[in-house]
Amino acid sequence: MGAIVHRPGRDFGFGLLALAVLGLVAPWIGLYPVFVMKALCFAMFACAFNLLLGFTGLLSFGHAAFFATAGYAAGHAIKVWGWPMEAGLGFAVLCSGLLGLAIGALAIRRQGIYFAMVTLALAQMVFFVFLQAKFTGGEDGLQGIPRGRLLGALDLADDLNLYYAVLAIFLACLALCYRIVHSPYGQVLKAIRENEPRALSLGYRVDRYKLLAFVLSASLAGLAGGCKALVVGFETLTDAAWQMSGEVVLMTLVGGVGTLFGPVIGAFAIVGLQDQLADRVGSWVQVILGLTFIVCVLGFRRGIAGEVAAWRERRRATSR
Amino acid sequence: MASPSDDIILETRALTRAFKGFVAVSEVNLRVRRGHIHALIGPNGAGKTTMFNLLTKFLIPTSGQIFYEGTDITRERPAEVARRGIIRSFQISAVFPHLSVRENVRIGLQRRLGTSFHFWRSERSLECLDEQADELLDAVGLLEFAGETTVNLPYGRKRALEIATTLALDPALMLLDEPTQGMGHEDVSRVTELIRRVSKNRTVLMVEHNMGVVAGLCDAITVLQRGQVLSEGSYETVAADQRVIEAYMGSTETTLAGAHG
Repeated sequence: MGAIVHRPGRDFGFGLLALAVLGLVAPWIGLYPVFVMKALCFAMFACAFNLLLGFTGLLSFGHAAFFATAGYAAGHAIKVWGWPMEAGLGFAVLCSGLLGLAIGALAIRRQGIYFAMVTLALAQMVFFVFLQAKFTGGEDGLQGIPRGRLLGALDLADDLNLYYAVLAIFLACLALCYRIVHSPYGQVLKAIRENEPRALSLGYRVDRYKLLAFVLSASLAGLAGGCKALVVGFETLTDAAWQMSGEVVLMTLVGGVGTLFGPVIGAFAIVGLQDQLADRVGSWVQVILGLTFIVCVLGFRRGIAGEVAAWRERRRATSR
Repeated sequence: MASPSDDIILETRALTRAFKGFVAVSEVNLRVRRGHIHALIGPNGAGKTTMFNLLTKFLIPTSGQIFYEGTDITRERPAEVARRGIIRSFQISAVFPHLSVRENVRIGLQRRLGTSFHFWRSERSLECLDEQADELLDAVGLLEFAGETTVNLPYGRKRALEIATTLALDPALMLLDEPTQGMGHEDVSRVTELIRRVSKNRTVLMVEHNMGVVAGLCDAITVLQRGQVLSEGSYETVAADQRVIEAYMGSTETTLAGAHG
């Protein structure tokens, strides 16, 4: 056993493969594709958020702004301008990325709780803009977003077709997260997270690295938001509200912050709970989510994936 | 004012930093000669670490100027100063605890590749630095720990690793903040030897409490007390200075040589 070297790349490969297989068979074992698609979109959202919280050490409390901006951007481009679905999604990512650049540039000047407050405040301003602006439909939301065709051929109005498209996007998003974390850039991020003054004293312009992380995170949150708007066919203010920013924190923490698969697990857990409970207990679902969160924070701080990883680490240590 | 002569690598003019209520560094004129190992000593609270933070821009001076290679760097930011070749260490060991020992050194080497923003590239592209990293680790006697997670290293070895990471940037001027603090006797002599070795072709400015280390190692000494320069010169000059003896021992009866350890 002692000779076996721990390889994160191989572990991630297995995990990704397992998710791909699970994803491929999910519609055939009785899971409702629209539900899984929604969960996949939130999983992407949580992964994007985790890039910032888990791998950069920045707690943003305004990620709903990027999620919703992308939803409106994709919806508007596809519905009003008649853009193909791919261009609409690209536009959505671009918009949320640019918004990320603007908000990030302001927020990274502050640290800790102040950083979180600045992101929250700016996200609330974005919410207000969406509430007032014409193109969002205000309180009514942007309704009837057509799904279009993939590459002009595959009709995405068919749930199963869209499902596989979203699954592919999700897997690519996860792979990109892995690449970012395990890149030369990811190494510097890790160094900054571990000891920021030291990274600074070695000549790294720390703020620029943080800003890039913020923009990457916002862009991926945008990809998630754009996909979600396509899946459900509408975009509303719910996605821009501060509760959405809170929900993504919850998903990430429950799943395991700073792990690659944790946010995916967390997103499925939370979306699954909401989906299962909404019909049965009504608004009690919020109370149950709150309790889940408390149990998670008190009982298993590392989150589901984090606890599993720690358990494997212990086993590896004892088998040496 | 005359421009600093060529063999002065770092100079401060009337450098002052006031905090609320007291002046930590007051009107300090420091001149560090190229190639020297220059020590900054003084009792606790003399302003040594504040000096370091001012020199590396972690603190902004209240007044006064800092010149590096004749250029005014008073208004520059920490990363810019580092890019000019002034690399500092910290009082508490500045390592990246959850990176491996080799990765720590690689962080120092990596900036040179110019791929530090490349988030789409595999981290395997950094393996071309491993050979160089291992040479540096070998130089500080850490090669056998290259794959170890840094947090598991004993304190003395972390300090050695810190020096290896600093060396990775090939700095013209190294600032070491109490490099032997908290070390056992064996580690102290190892790190002292290490500093002597790495000071070839570069300048070292170090804060040090241990007079034994300073005596054998340093070419020049500046003694600070309450933010001001009390005495300056070679070890012999400084050690014979009555004011220094008084500041250190609280009396004039003993000589500074007794202040070892």
